[in-house]
Amino acid sequence: MTATVVPTGEVQLDHGTGAKLSQELIALIVRTLGDVYIGEMEDSAFLSVDTGRIAMTSDSFVADPPFFGNGDIGKIAVCGTVNDLAVAGSRPRYLTLCLIIETGFPLARLVRVLESVRDTAREADVLIVGGDTKVVRSGEADQIYLNTAGVGVFERAPRRMRDVRPGDKVILTGSIGNHTVHLLSIREGLGFETRVLSDCAPLNGLVEAMFAVADDSAIRSIRDVTRGGLSAVLHEYAHTVGRSIRINHDDLPIQHETAMAMDMLGINPIHAANEGCACVFVAPEAESAVLEALRAHHYGRDAVTIGEVTDLPDAKVLLRDASGRDAEVEELQGAELPRLC
Amino acid sequence: MVQGVGYRPFVYKLAHARGLEGWVLNDPEGVLVEVEGTEQDLRRFAHELTSEAPPQAVVESVDTEVIEPGAGGTGFVIRHSEHSGRKVTVVPADSYVCADCRAELTDPTDRRYRYPFINCTNCGPRYSIVQGLPYDRAQTTMSAFTMCDLCRGEYEDPLDRRYHAQPNACPACGPELMLVDRTGNRSVGEDALGAAVNALRAGRIVAIKSVGGFHLAVNARDADAVALLRTRKRRDSKPFAVMARDLATVATFADCDQDEAALMASPARPIVLVRKKDSGLPGTIAPRNPNLGVMLPSAPQHHLIVDEPGLDVIVMTSGNISGYPIAYRNDDALAQLFDIADVILYNNRDIEIRVDDSIVRRSKHPGLPAPVVSFIRRARGYAPYPIDVGTELRPLVAYGAELKTTVALTSGSRVYISQHIGDLKNDETFESHRRTARHLAELHDLTPRHAACDLHPQFRATRSVLREQGDEIEQVLQVQHHHAHMASCMAENRLTGDNVVGVVFDGAGYGVDETIWGGEFLLGGYRDVRRVARLRLLPLLGGDQAVREPIRTGFALALDALGDSPTAVAAFPVLAQLDETRRHVFATMRDRGVNAPLTSSMGRLFDAMAALCGICVRAEYEAQGPIEFEGLLGRDLRMSDVDERYGFAVGGSDGAVEIDPRPVVLAMAADLAAGVPLEVISRRFHSGVVDMVVHRCAAIRAAEGAHEVVLSGGVFLNEFLLVNCLVELAEAGFSAYCHRQVPTNDGGIALGQVLVADARLAAL
Ligand SMILES: [Fe+3]
Ligand SMILES: [Mg+2]
Ligand SMILES: [Zn+2]
Ligand SMILES: [Zn+2]
Repeated sequence: MTATVVPTGEVQLDHGTGAKLSQELIALIVRTLGDVYIGEMEDSAFLSVDTGRIAMTSDSFVADPPFFGNGDIGKIAVCGTVNDLAVAGSRPRYLTLCLIIETGFPLARLVRVLESVRDTAREADVLIVGGDTKVVRSGEADQIYLNTAGVGVFERAPRRMRDVRPGDKVILTGSIGNHTVHLLSIREGLGFETRVLSDCAPLNGLVEAMFAVADDSAIRSIRDVTRGGLSAVLHEYAHTVGRSIRINHDDLPIQHETAMAMDMLGINPIHAANEGCACVFVAPEAESAVLEALRAHHYGRDAVTIGEVTDLPDAKVLLRDASGRDAEVEELQGAELPRLC
Repeated sequence: MVQGVGYRPFVYKLAHARGLEGWVLNDPEGVLVEVEGTEQDLRRFAHELTSEAPPQAVVESVDTEVIEPGAGGTGFVIRHSEHSGRKVTVVPADSYVCADCRAELTDPTDRRYRYPFINCTNCGPRYSIVQGLPYDRAQTTMSAFTMCDLCRGEYEDPLDRRYHAQPNACPACGPELMLVDRTGNRSVGEDALGAAVNALRAGRIVAIKSVGGFHLAVNARDADAVALLRTRKRRDSKPFAVMARDLATVATFADCDQDEAALMASPARPIVLVRKKDSGLPGTIAPRNPNLGVMLPSAPQHHLIVDEPGLDVIVMTSGNISGYPIAYRNDDALAQLFDIADVILYNNRDIEIRVDDSIVRRSKHPGLPAPVVSFIRRARGYAPYPIDVGTELRPLVAYGAELKTTVALTSGSRVYISQHIGDLKNDETFESHRRTARHLAELHDLTPRHAACDLHPQFRATRSVLREQGDEIEQVLQVQHHHAHMASCMAENRLTGDNVVGVVFDGAGYGVDETIWGGEFLLGGYRDVRRVARLRLLPLLGGDQAVREPIRTGFALALDALGDSPTAVAAFPVLAQLDETRRHVFATMRDRGVNAPLTSSMGRLFDAMAALCGICVRAEYEAQGPIEFEGLLGRDLRMSDVDERYGFAVGGSDGAVEIDPRPVVLAMAADLAAGVPLEVISRRFHSGVVDMVVHRCAAIRAAEGAHEVVLSGGVFLNEFLLVNCLVELAEAGFSAYCHRQVPTNDGGIALGQVLVADARLAAL
């Protein structure tokens, strides 16, 4: 492992022009990423994947703020792509890393982002095989944007949404709402950020732990619960499967402090974004084994069954209250608007 | 309104009594009569067609035409309705137990003595049991029962009070009472009734199947029973209605003048809001409220219960689980209501469609030419009677708003308005909303070609109409909420101008500028309106969460007027109930615009003022703060002295004048600090709002020449505001109008949507 010397100064326009400063910036990036970087400075990376099938995905990341209590945009950028690959049922292997940096962004902060990328890539056991850096004029971007593309290899059949069927159990691997509360709190100065941390985490280990205990086809489909929250994920499944999904209000895993914050903010946690929580659809016979495996894992301690896929054909998402009554969960188009008269 | 209410038999009997010859016939527009006789007899007959009409009939006009005498000798007959391609278009509303049936009910020699399903052509269930048209027995839920020979005889005899009384029944052939308790013990008939009565006497909770759904009842004179009901229903504050044996009983616990008594005793049997007496019923029935909702029995089984000694007044609250619609099917009631009730008294006559109790209020003031009767909820006894707006309308269906929804359908110049349906966020209510729309269309044989709905993109009815309108719908028109409120009030007052001022005050509606409106002065007509003034914007801290916790809005308003949190807390001690963290979070949400949508809502201003006085920090039911704030006035409608009224400021803004409540907040803070009693503060505030309305209307008249003003929106359920605005506007030379036929709250939105949509279609 290479110890990084923290540089002073800021990113300048010339860091992106291809001249000497550019070389220095790239060297800084490569040096910081250390052993997770296996790029060869060729135009493309040459990789061998010992499988017939790969998964590939790409995501761009903007985070406001880019640095937060227990993470930063670098961590999110690795987790986001790793998780997308993992929930498809593949084993994440390689990432590319693209940076768009606003002129004036301190080099020290860039190094912090890169260190997060490196540490998270290590944890997720993925390698960075190449990338790109663009510097834009002040005001053309907000501090720093990241893009990661990723390749995963399939050691089993890919998971697809349409494989979900009535009777399947819906499991959440962790508490919801924390990432939203944490970031909003830092961004706006609300004061919750020390009590509610982001859930940002790479979930490929968790996914492997599930497959280790369940019959391959019993884990029907997995989706990471990010933007749009649990509600968006469940609506997507309900539409794809053509069945209603019912979840129990009282079973939703929500940290106490998060619930309090959400109440003050007037935000419904089921619409809130997460960065380290997956929604798993499992055959009923695999439910307890999967839950057990999840709970044994560091990131799955709060895992819980929240509901099931019904055979009702109207493709709704239903929220069952304590008295056993169902209410339809609305699919939000944008922010929830006041309507109480 | 002369169909299904025994009008033809009445004409038949009248003609027989006078020895007149001819016939009577129902047609889609009313009743057609041809009679032959002496001029004097005919004149008297024509007069009596109105003066002697059966209680439920409403005779709008008697048009006469002289024709050539016929051959004579045919007697007088009831002709069967001709099918002129159109069905008979009026479905009668449900009604009470008439005096004749009441007498039989208590006559031991009558074959219907104590029969809980007694009725006749002058009374009984109608709309709640009708499944289709034409309105006859086969098309009601009574089709499950075959009339015995005696009943059949009455049904077929034109001189009998039960001639064509569709729900006609007797103990031998009709429905019967049933009762089941929590342990599964069952009884029927008199035993069932006896068990229910014993349960009430013992302070227990009885679910009672009434005309349009289930009620939950306890002995209203038993404070422990009322407390038990509050605990089980999880309702601490929302007023309960009561049902009293008779008007003499009402007089023991409420002040009820002759007109209120007449309204209460009318066939519709609404809940009437009357002033309660201090030494009447337990205060927990309607806490912090000068009024009590009181009704008289509307079904025979009610009489049989409240006629019992010791049970002369019972609480009758809606039989539902909080937030859900009233149970009306036996299986639903049996599945749900044991969470609250100890026993359930039901029966085997099915209710076809849920109809809640109607709620009305009669307001008097020396400055009013006549008392104002306001519908707070329009349902049983009134639905589905149409409103005639006086002009032909296109075939339209309107789906209303989101809370307290109604559905409206047009037929010529008539608008059929459904009963109150409720809050559509709930699945069951949404289902009944759709069902009611279909049912009303089928009953009246209507095929709407255009649909109207609210502009709010997240309202459930709006989303559903936009997503899945039927093939026959050519167009869906979205109508801005407050424009619909205004049009609704114009329509029932038959205003047609395009320079009308709409003073629309309510909780929230989606505005054309995508902000939340609710304290608006609109100018225009059915087709278009322009917003000429509005309330200063306030942030809703946490969106709808601010409505549930009005102290949030109180805090936001105090910050707006006083600048910072410490000053706000110093001025309004109630704000200390918000801990340090909350105050910090709420202030930040306001400053940074974090889930703090801006609104010009008058309802929220009332919320905020009530909360700042410490009246309602957290709302248990809708508009609790404003209702309790007004409640301090004790229905005394006198305005404060002119120099004591809190005055609003005005400012310019986005084209509309901004009405600024900050001086009101400062004045109230000063009064609170000086120890001015809350009822005085409330009166000064209410009077200040009235003043503001009159001043603003005067300014609009000066600038735009408008002199007609309509008052609409849920805030005008506030009696002080409504009456004083009417009085003061009239004094200032305006023609001022309010709602009298449909509720001023969102229950009237569907009617307004119809008129706006029709005007827009006309302009296409
Ligand atoms: Fe409204
Ligand atoms: Mg993604
Ligand atoms: Zn009768
Ligand atoms: Zn009979």
